[in-house]
Amino acid sequence: MDVMKKVPVREQDPNVRNKNFDEVCLGYNLEEAKAEASRCLNCKNARCIQGCPVSINIPKFIAEVKEGNIEKAYEVISESSALPAVCGRVCPQESQCEGVCIRGIKGESISIGKLERFVADYARENGITPKGADKLNGKKVAVIGSGPSGLTCAGDLAKLGYEVTIFEALHEAGGVLVYGIPEFRLPKKTVVAAEVENVKKLGVKIETNVVIGRSMTIDQLLNEEGFDAVYIGSGAGLPRFMGIPGENANEVFSANEYLTRSNLMKAFDDEYDTPIAKFKKVAVVGGGNVAMDAARTALRLGAEVHVIYRRSMEELPARAEEVHHAKEEGIIFDLLQNPTEILTDDKGNVTGIKVIKMELGEPDESGRRRPVEIPGSEYEMDVDAVIMSLGTSPNPLISSTTKGLEINKRKCIVAEEETGKTSKMAVYAGGDAVTGAATVILAMGAGKAGAKGIHEFLSNN
Amino acid sequence: MYKILKAENIADKIYLMDVEAPRVASHCEPGQFVIVKMDEKGERIPLTICDYDREKGTITIVFQTVGASTEKMAKLKAGDSFQDFVGPLGRPSEMVEEDLEELKKKKIVFVAGGVGTAPVFPQVKWLYAHGIECDVIVGAKNKDLIILEDELRAIAGDNLYITTDDGSYVRKGMGTDVLKDLVNNQGKKYDRCIAIGPLIMMKFVCLLTKELGIPTIVSMNPIMVDGTGMCGACRLQVGDEIKFACVDGPEFDGHLVDFDQAMKRQQTYKTEEGRAMLKLQEGDTHHGGCGNCGND
Repeated sequence: MDVMKKVPVREQDPNVRNKNFDEVCLGYNLEEAKAEASRCLNCKNARCIQGCPVSINIPKFIAEVKEGNIEKAYEVISESSALPAVCGRVCPQESQCEGVCIRGIKGESISIGKLERFVADYARENGITPKGADKLNGKKVAVIGSGPSGLTCAGDLAKLGYEVTIFEALHEAGGVLVYGIPEFRLPKKTVVAAEVENVKKLGVKIETNVVIGRSMTIDQLLNEEGFDAVYIGSGAGLPRFMGIPGENANEVFSANEYLTRSNLMKAFDDEYDTPIAKFKKVAVVGGGNVAMDAARTALRLGAEVHVIYRRSMEELPARAEEVHHAKEEGIIFDLLQNPTEILTDDKGNVTGIKVIKMELGEPDESGRRRPVEIPGSEYEMDVDAVIMSLGTSPNPLISSTTKGLEINKRKCIVAEEETGKTSKMAVYAGGDAVTGAATVILAMGAGKAGAKGIHEFLSNN
Repeated sequence: MYKILKAENIADKIYLMDVEAPRVASHCEPGQFVIVKMDEKGERIPLTICDYDREKGTITIVFQTVGASTEKMAKLKAGDSFQDFVGPLGRPSEMVEEDLEELKKKKIVFVAGGVGTAPVFPQVKWLYAHGIECDVIVGAKNKDLIILEDELRAIAGDNLYITTDDGSYVRKGMGTDVLKDLVNNQGKKYDRCIAIGPLIMMKFVCLLTKELGIPTIVSMNPIMVDGTGMCGACRLQVGDEIKFACVDGPEFDGHLVDFDQAMKRQQTYKTEEGRAMLKLQEGDTHHGGCGNCGND
């Protein structure tokens, strides 16, 4: 075994998996996990812990894996994280824990994500669950949204003895974990549902089909329903469109719609009633993880898929692993190009997309080189569907119905980073609702901070 | 689970149900809607709220069978349940938030088309409950498709005008014909028209009221998935803006709505809907031949 290199992880063959919705990465088995764990140098000042937004004691859990004490390893992770089976799968480890791993300087960093995933999967398969509070403290907290941020905040508060109720607008808990991230990256029934069950086992109640801002307001939660504090983890689910001609044509979807149909409503499965149209050639506009997910979903439904992105490969914001997987599966990348119009027939159906070529100019305020149109380089691509994946912003439903809740010009809720405290008494917030669209693990970190903030607030009152 | 307390077939292919949903019933207002999902494998279907009883904690929904899911839904009986029932969704009708004294000075006419009578009902009821009279025109293809006549008559009395396209009941003609008659021949003046029904009907009401100079509100019913503003499936062109019907609406200024585009967008899943319907009706015996299903 070469200690400089990661123990490779088993994956489905690209030409098989691009036709099914089963999980791509198969994960480590016990032997592989122990071998990978033995590469860890068990650093005194472990930089990986600082790289993790929820500060999991990584060397400690890895040391337990090395010895084969998986249950102990799970306990260590559970002290910091409520959703290890999720995070082990979807965190961008290369820019977090693994990005700062000492092993990564001369060779490949430890496969921390895959080890975390192994521990969480082992715990689930062997019925090991986290432990809740011994007794309740008599105080009630409402959590809005059951995404990663809300689940984490609720889990932490429950462990501290609070009576927690999560209100979820959709019919299923999990937020982006159920409607956004596809089955082939994050299995819903086995992984997500089990993690949600674990949070429930801590004593958290989840009420689905409640849209805060419509079904009830935040003031009603505090004044009429008897909650002592509220945590807003409602995310950033409002899709953006480009505003180009033809964008309201029939087969133009937001990535959110396309993914919600496929993931939450299981439209890819004929047993389910929600339809999803099958296409021959699809253009996905954008270059983030959501674009990769939409592209790979369309591919699995039988289409030839083109990802149209206005910058070059280096600026692609999606995770390296996802781009790599997408390429292996046969996604075509049309880089340095930007749509200018969607072409339709007289019934409003998409017949093509007009695209202009770009070149990179001077860096802009974000430090990335600004794409500039090349005059006269426009061309038409025949496609029968377009998926817009241009990012999302927070839904104004809560902020517009809550007096005294300050928001910034991007419609994000203003909250203190350390505590989640907002401008409104007893109301805390975190995750994408505060930062705009970011990552699962950052939302979890914010959920932890919010739980801490709420605990301090209610302990002093 | 949300229990069905009453299930009735009130007209040809039109069904009415009272559903136990206390949270929705305690907060809903006229103009809002709910999304229902029958079971694990069902789709999310938006339906307007026809009536509500805050004390009993029930919501009345009315729907017409138009596809596989609504066909299945029509078979539900009192005692059965919906797995999911979420709401209220959308913004309440303008009138709910308006100054009551100002509203009392306004003369309002409703034009309801077919099953669109259901969402008109709570608005009319609300106005009369606040001491405001209004005219109500109910139009349907034929006698068998007229709904809620007695209920509306009990509230609006002689201010209710019924018409049928084929003349099989009361009078022959469209809702627009009645409105034209009321304004041009009977000296009625209206400050506001609220039209709810099929897109084509709302389009023609809007063309007429533009001519007559009556500001008009329509309630849009595009394809929806989540109904909370996260997907944009329900987007519409209203004036020079793109609006999401589920959060910005469903009611909009009818003179600004691009109806032609909305009608095209409603056809998006036509083929899938047809296939699902055929599969339901013909079961395993369906092996292509409809020309749309690619022999599966």
